[in-house]
Amino acid sequence: MARKTSFPARIGADVVGVLVFLACVFPVYWMVSRSFLPRNRIKGEHPEVVPTHGTLDNYRRVFADGSFTDALVTSLTVTLLTVTVALLFAFLAAVAVSRFRFRGRRTFILALLVIQMIPAEALFISQYKMLDGMSLLNSVVGLTLVYVASVLPFTVWTLRGFVAGVPRELEEAAMMDGCSRTQAFFKVTLPLLAPGLVATGVFGFIQAWNEFTLAVVVMTDPSKETLPVWLVAFTDSRSRGVDWGAIMASSTLITIPVILFFLVVQRRMVSGITAGAVKG
Amino acid sequence: MARGSARRSSLPFGLVLPAIVALGLALGYPLVRQVVLSLQEFGLAQQFGQAPEWIGLGNYRDLLGNGELWPVVARTVAFCLVNAGLTFGIGLGLALLMTRMSKVVRILTQCGLLLAWAMPVVAAMTVWQFLFDTEYGVVNWLLTALGGDFEGHSWLIDPWSFFLVATLVVVWMSVPFVAFTLYAALTQVPEDVVEAAQIDGASARQRFVHVVLPSIRSVLLVVVLLQVIWDLRVFTQIYTLQKAGGISKDTNLLGTYIYTLGIKGGDFGMAAAAAMFMLVLTIVLTAPYVRMMLKQEED
Repeated sequence: MARKTSFPARIGADVVGVLVFLACVFPVYWMVSRSFLPRNRIKGEHPEVVPTHGTLDNYRRVFADGSFTDALVTSLTVTLLTVTVALLFAFLAAVAVSRFRFRGRRTFILALLVIQMIPAEALFISQYKMLDGMSLLNSVVGLTLVYVASVLPFTVWTLRGFVAGVPRELEEAAMMDGCSRTQAFFKVTLPLLAPGLVATGVFGFIQAWNEFTLAVVVMTDPSKETLPVWLVAFTDSRSRGVDWGAIMASSTLITIPVILFFLVVQRRMVSGITAGAVKG
Repeated sequence: MARGSARRSSLPFGLVLPAIVALGLALGYPLVRQVVLSLQEFGLAQQFGQAPEWIGLGNYRDLLGNGELWPVVARTVAFCLVNAGLTFGIGLGLALLMTRMSKVVRILTQCGLLLAWAMPVVAAMTVWQFLFDTEYGVVNWLLTALGGDFEGHSWLIDPWSFFLVATLVVVWMSVPFVAFTLYAALTQVPEDVVEAAQIDGASARQRFVHVVLPSIRSVLLVVVLLQVIWDLRVFTQIYTLQKAGGISKDTNLLGTYIYTLGIKGGDFGMAAAAAMFMLVLTIVLTAPYVRMMLKQEED
């Protein structure tokens, strides 16, 4: 649709484009720039739009009592466990769905599509009761269990596309050359799937890292908080006065890995999500 | 040979088994349990060991009759429609504009959108809370500087301005996905068809309605459906704004209502019934999406 556009129309579009850019970037810019300002300059008579001479004090306060680091460790553990387990299970299922015809295949696909649309809020009451009964509240294992289930449908769905994208003929050619089916799979198909596995893993990482709803339900003990739950609690601790500098500093820290990962997968993001991803 | 084919036929089941077990344990079992829970009296007394009592549809009757649910549902649906509508409208408009922008500005716009999209929801929430803060907020400063009386104005104590802030954040976070997806779809519209229509004398408006729109119809539908489903379950934004000093009674949406009933209030029977309501609502809305995805799958 790259048709010739008249000059005034293009100027108009460009102006809107620049405004949209500013609207998108401003909150992020404000977060990062305020995170380097001391308290007395965050609340000035006139906000400093382009501040100079910052400080790292806010970041020091984030790490001061060790709770941020605890939450960071919890978040990393849960996220990495979730991605590993989900990727493994999803990979096996994706191979089954795209390489075999079997009874129940259609039902399985249908179930995946329906399940990934079910909001966490519609099941967290009974998931809470279940984990409570298994003594898995406030445990990394418990949270990982519900995370794996919430990431899995989308992971299977995406990987299925990648597996289907590797032509069967390549595998068959390797088998003609004397490989067994298993060997052909591991030597030919798997290496070709590596980029797909990485992209899907990154999707899963972002989802688990950002997840809030289930985390706030399952991790009720302050010492077991994940980063998002920690951040909301930290913002809420009005008793010590709202420390916006430190809040912006911790928000920045939580955002950095996501932005980096996002840049890695952004090209696949659009097609991935219309094919059924969930951004909660 | 017989052995080989027998093995092959059981292999796919073995491959999907781990996924099915995980989904069954973390979603299937709770689902069954939730149905049971919704038919029981399960409040604080049961939390402390008393056996739950079967009360049939009692929770559902209470829920539908207590006058709390319907305002919440009405609010949820209204919030969903307003947000999905705004997100879709802005996203589509932006996608169309992106086809007209000069290359530099388009890339700039896309970078901005990507940044807003990538922002973790809780981080975005704290930033927007900060922007709208009573004392430190740049919004109050700006509106006061422009001559308004916004010094010390509190945005979160009135339900209308509470939802205004919530809508702003939700739309800000959701537009990038819609804009990118629709822009990608628009670039796939075959140029020669559009040109042929132009040669045949179709106006820009006619070309859009009769050529462009039909060819991106399925993408439009998927985007609308996803947006409606996602905006129906907004939880984090409402939860954090309520925590930030907003009122919670008149601002509950379905998700936070269920949370308040169950996790906070300890009435798991009622909460389970409300959750079943939400589940059914979602599945009804999801049906057309699933049908489209399956059709795509078969093609």
